[in-house]
Amino acid sequence: MKLMKGNDAVVRGAILAGCRAYYGYPITPASEIAESSAIYFPRVGGTFLQAESEIGAINMCYGAASAGQRVMTASSGPGISLMQEALSYAAGAELPFVLVDIMRAGPGLGNIAPEQADYFQVVKGGGHGSYRMLTLAPASVQEMCDLTFEAFDLADRYRNPVVVLADAFIGQMMEQVEFPEARHELPEKPWAVGPEAERRDNLISSIYLEPDDLEAHIRKLYAKYAVMEREEVRYESYLLDDAEQVLVGYGIVARVLKTVVDDARRKGIKVGLLRPITLWPFPTQAVAALAKQAREFLVVEASMGQMVEDVRLAVSGRVPVRFHGRVGGNVPTVREVLNLLLPHDAGTGANPITGSKAPEEAIHG
Amino acid sequence: MARDTFTKAECLYDRYVRKTKVEPDQVSTHYCPGCGHGNVHKFVAETIDEMGLQDRTIFISPVGCSVFGYYYFHLSNVQAAHGRAPAVATALKRAHPNSIVISYQGDGDLAGIGGNEMLHAANRGEPVTMIFINNAIYGMTGGQMAPTTLLGMKTATTPAGRTARNEGGPIRVVELLSKLDGPVYLERVALTDAKQIYRARAAVRKAIQNQVENRGFSLVEILAPCPTGWKMDPVDARHWIEETMMQVFPLGVTCDRTKEIAPSEAKPVPFVHTDLRALLDIEDESEGFAPNRTHSEGVERGVRLKVAGFGGQGILLLGQGLAECGMGDGYEVSWLPSYGPEMRGGTAHCHVRISERPIGSPLVAESDVLIAMNRPSLERFLPDLVPGGTVLYDSSLIPDGVARSDVRAVAIPATQIANELGSPRTANMVMAGAFARATELFTVDHLKASLPRFVKAKATLAVNETAIDRGAAHMEKLLETVMT
Ligand SMILES: Cc1ncc(C[n+]2csc(CCOP(=O)(O)OP(=O)(O)O)c2C)c(N)n1
Ligand code: SF4
Repeated sequence: MKLMKGNDAVVRGAILAGCRAYYGYPITPASEIAESSAIYFPRVGGTFLQAESEIGAINMCYGAASAGQRVMTASSGPGISLMQEALSYAAGAELPFVLVDIMRAGPGLGNIAPEQADYFQVVKGGGHGSYRMLTLAPASVQEMCDLTFEAFDLADRYRNPVVVLADAFIGQMMEQVEFPEARHELPEKPWAVGPEAERRDNLISSIYLEPDDLEAHIRKLYAKYAVMEREEVRYESYLLDDAEQVLVGYGIVARVLKTVVDDARRKGIKVGLLRPITLWPFPTQAVAALAKQAREFLVVEASMGQMVEDVRLAVSGRVPVRFHGRVGGNVPTVREVLNLLLPHDAGTGANPITGSKAPEEAIHG
Repeated sequence: MARDTFTKAECLYDRYVRKTKVEPDQVSTHYCPGCGHGNVHKFVAETIDEMGLQDRTIFISPVGCSVFGYYYFHLSNVQAAHGRAPAVATALKRAHPNSIVISYQGDGDLAGIGGNEMLHAANRGEPVTMIFINNAIYGMTGGQMAPTTLLGMKTATTPAGRTARNEGGPIRVVELLSKLDGPVYLERVALTDAKQIYRARAAVRKAIQNQVENRGFSLVEILAPCPTGWKMDPVDARHWIEETMMQVFPLGVTCDRTKEIAPSEAKPVPFVHTDLRALLDIEDESEGFAPNRTHSEGVERGVRLKVAGFGGQGILLLGQGLAECGMGDGYEVSWLPSYGPEMRGGTAHCHVRISERPIGSPLVAESDVLIAMNRPSLERFLPDLVPGGTVLYDSSLIPDGVARSDVRAVAIPATQIANELGSPRTANMVMAGAFARATELFTVDHLKASLPRFVKAKATLAVNETAIDRGAAHMEKLLETVMT
């Protein structure tokens, strides 16, 4: 066990998973990942290179993945924006690698404080064309290590980029971590290019000039994505069995919401938390099932409302879905969310826990 | 339309099986008649054959007319995004140092959209071979201006001719790269007549040989005809290179350090997977832990702590140390710092949670304990202290005390004590000692035993221990005063 920063745990998880190449470009609040990688990748005989840009870094990942290596990069908002073209190429060419996004506040240069507003560009795909990326959302330092570790297996299993989508707080905070056993053997990749006769026929490419060929290729990708949707959905349920109100949040927000649930339960309010661990594939069925039991959903994000769209699709109008978001580097607080939990006192309009009278104040969207 | 055909080199396909629709008799390429790409493909392939490199070579197809290079080369092939081939080449070569990586790019790809990737791959001296086709135009997209388009030249996007004022002049790549220390060999050649083609072939051979001998970055710029883009017949196109293009792009070697670098053998990288725990600094430290804490019955123990002060006071380390010690004692812990430029010269603070139960929010919006090491921090965070909470403040720097009567205010002259110890930077550990004694979440002895886990400079361990003792003793005295 070790007390460690989320960003440092990512690097340990990656190397234990057999990743031996890191290509990156500095950006707060993800820089510790590059800095730790600069120490540890060379120590295990791996490659560390600070690229000329995020465009360079992600295309280096494209190259290393073509060569069959387990490879990764990490960045934050502005850098992730620059990487979108290559992510589309990699999905098209079916290349496995891992991208870690330690989200900061936007748009534009925004600031370096935490936000969760890269959800759209990562989960919905900021690149061109029809493709998907498996997206894992850690909510603790332990998960920063574990999900990064597993991301490499998932990437190889599906021959697809996998994103670990975390926020600045999960990246910057320290918690205790236990480390998994190292991978001693990695999967064979007969499709990869390399200096061997049997690889001479191998071709890494996303071009299909004939419409019918490209359609067939995309349908093949989507058949693969359908398997992911069947096999890889993950979420954590916290006190949902009898919940009348369902909170939904991921990453640092889910941690805040856990405290909210504990505090509210102490007051006898039946509230529970659904924490998506895979953002794509999204736990749609779990949400849909809860929509039959719960009175309402409250989605909380450090954004102006991105994941809430997926919750609304899953709930499909059955019950109300409210949204609370904070942005700019502010993270929703326990008190704010408690204020939004019903029931408010019929007479005074005050919230029974916080005494606040203005639950609507903080609602957006 | 008649198409160029290749006399078959071993590493060119006889039938273009990588093409989506292969007609049985298909032996002609997709290139226009008189196109330079055909020539270059042919002698690149022949060179690979001659040198026996077919099984070791990884060919990178760019975006441009040669995007379909992989139709023809029977080699391991990677198709790269527009301009990114040098980045892709970098990682391919580092993954397989014993491979021969050939990056083949047009002028739009290499000098336009991919200018940065090209510049940096060259500057790093990546030991790969770059074949650069300069046809002064964007062929693939229908004859628009390239970075290498000549002044006055009419293209689809410079209908009145390129002007220096509007578009700038043509970029001379091998001259530009020759100013860098990275490249080993840079030469410009031209596909005009048999003699020049012979030279071009020799240059390509040298650029590949350099890679076989692991000497470093080599790039050959080839002035090549694009009769279609130039709207010329193939013969006129070759003349135009000689008469016009070569005036702007003189042939010759702009860099050759080949002889200065000894040949070596690039070896594959072994996969190291043993002793990882030691190499990664993650060996299990639980043995060093001393969980001497008995789990409390009934009351849950723990603290939501805010530590704040100015940068340089070791605020973050203080919080981290308390979390380390808590972890060693079997608590769940979290530590969340302020980070980034905010910390430079300004204030620093961190949220620490130590708890007997799994920690929900690591954010300490309401604190049970506040450690304030300067006045601005006290003012900023005191309102968040719960009624009945404890504030430990550095009374050396905050002489006028705490303006709240519903909290327990504890004055610790941390800076003064640290100064007395001759080590002003240990004021944070004085506070840590006081915290341990005040909260009794863990013992002062255990806190001292935890020091090596978060204090990296071993020489300072002793003075830090003393500081912890002094802080704890001061707290002890205050507690006695309260009791009596
Ligand atoms: C990001 C992006 N922008 C634009 C294009 C369109 N495009 C394809 S090829 C090309 C120009 C290629 O010219 P060059 O590199 O000179 O090669 P040539 O066709 O002359 O051999 C352009 C602009 C693209 N594929 N991708
Ligand atoms: S457009 Fe120009 S570069 Fe492209 S194939 Fe035709 S002649 Fe060659």
